[in-house]
Amino acid sequence: MSNLGIYIEIKKGKIQKNVKEVVSLAKSSGNTIFGVIFTNEFQNFKDELNGFDKIINVKGNDMVFHPDSFSETIAEIIKEHEMEYFMGSYSFKAKEIFPRIAGKLNECSLVNDCVNYNFGTGIATKPVYSGKLLKEIEIKNKLKLITLRSNVFPVEDLDAGSPELTEKTISDKIRSKVINVKKSESKSIDIMDADIIVSGGRGMKEKENFQILKDLASILNAGVGASRAAVDSEFASYNMQVGQTGKVVNPKLYFAIGISGAIQHFVGMKTSKIIVAINKDSEAPIFKKADYGIIGDLFKIVPMLKDELEKVL
Amino acid sequence: MNVFVLIKQVPDTEAMLSVRNGTSINEESIKWIISPYDEYALEEALKLKEKDADVVVNALTLGPVRAEGALRSALAMGADNGIHIECNEDLDIETRARMLAETIKKESDTGLVFIGKQAIDDDSNQTHILVAEYLDMPITTNIISFKLEGDKVTCEREIEDGDIETVEMNTPCVVTASKVLNTPRYASLMGIMKAKKIELTKITLSDLGNISTEKKTFTKRLFAPPEKAPGRLLEGEPEEMVKELVKILKDEVKVL
Repeated sequence: MSNLGIYIEIKKGKIQKNVKEVVSLAKSSGNTIFGVIFTNEFQNFKDELNGFDKIINVKGNDMVFHPDSFSETIAEIIKEHEMEYFMGSYSFKAKEIFPRIAGKLNECSLVNDCVNYNFGTGIATKPVYSGKLLKEIEIKNKLKLITLRSNVFPVEDLDAGSPELTEKTISDKIRSKVINVKKSESKSIDIMDADIIVSGGRGMKEKENFQILKDLASILNAGVGASRAAVDSEFASYNMQVGQTGKVVNPKLYFAIGISGAIQHFVGMKTSKIIVAINKDSEAPIFKKADYGIIGDLFKIVPMLKDELEKVL
Repeated sequence: MNVFVLIKQVPDTEAMLSVRNGTSINEESIKWIISPYDEYALEEALKLKEKDADVVVNALTLGPVRAEGALRSALAMGADNGIHIECNEDLDIETRARMLAETIKKESDTGLVFIGKQAIDDDSNQTHILVAEYLDMPITTNIISFKLEGDKVTCEREIEDGDIETVEMNTPCVVTASKVLNTPRYASLMGIMKAKKIELTKITLSDLGNISTEKKTFTKRLFAPPEKAPGRLLEGEPEEMVKELVKILKDEVKVL
């Protein structure tokens, strides 16, 4: 039995929703599961730590997310406990932390964004070329750093148990220092977190027309995305772009509205559970990729869809 | 001051990829480009050079012989030097990152390293940070603005939920470029002609001292994901299609 650590990420005062997927997979390995949580308010989270054998609570004066101090602290923990694995959900914060840990430690390999990891064979499966292909990688290093794609792994019902709790002080090694955070004015949901995404393409014709997508999104509690064509035409901002040169998303439901479905867009959303396409061009490639398609004028269909959803939800 | 820009040659975003021998892509008929984000990195370095004549912009790439093409494009845009670490891309990522870092260390007076926020091929998402760690330099990723005053770098970066973070570091340091950072210039005809005459610096593993090439990760298989079953086009009047769609989403596939 080896020691396996998991980064318990906190986002907006809550444990990030995909951490449960990581614990569920890790638990199947039979290893001793350590959770590493960075907070000065541990009591707020202590009832949500099912599945862990041990918890390390990292505390300190400066708990702002500086990737330097978080990764330095985790690297120390991995060494102290001679961990063989360290895992996390492939989130924004993990993208910063995990490569830094890999760079600080010897004899370790990192594989990001895995859609499978087999503890028996040591083989990780991950999308490459934005998911155009999948790659199986055998990791034979002493320490394996693994991040998992979100919304892919089943969540098991795990026992609460009574994990042993220890505390650790956060590292003060910070060389790239966050000096200000400007909150986004938009109240919209981040497409990286959204279970439902409503995306518009060039077919939206102008920036103002994105309002009908926002209206639809607000009924569904959805995030609003856009194709590269819509971003290049300045209908939408770059942080909304879904695709190979934008964000790769993985929601339960994806609406592609006025989007033709170029490969560069498709690879950014193809793992969505259900894809719905609305487009007036019956030849648009998106219809070959969608689960459900409506050929028609989006400016008629979308408001109608919003009204119908309001009735049933 | 020496400035390095790391460039990676990747298949064009529109390329249809197929697998050869089970573990690598079929390179025939692929159009190769500079990974798009690397162009934003290069543009930012060139802007520095325009402001300060002492800045020398070194474009650095690692890859097989064909990767020279990416360096020629970088030189045509205005980079001063092109450095090519010629090697097989099958080496472990850590090994490749060490080779890049050791190459940068060969030069003195390096103030900044610019990299694209990600390469759009293997989606490993770690080389940029590994290089910074091996160079023992601070790094800020995903930047949308960049300012250098003396030895202080201030940049803004996009974080979660569309929030914008301001970060400060001291040089020497590494930054990775997002799309909104700038608008990359096109190579001029004169630039292209000039680039052809610049001699590339070729580096091989043996020039870089003691870097272990022992492999710890092995590609077992590369394959296309299973195709999705064809979808269903709804039929009828708009009202009927919308009603049916909502019914399906709510009651059949239960995603609402």
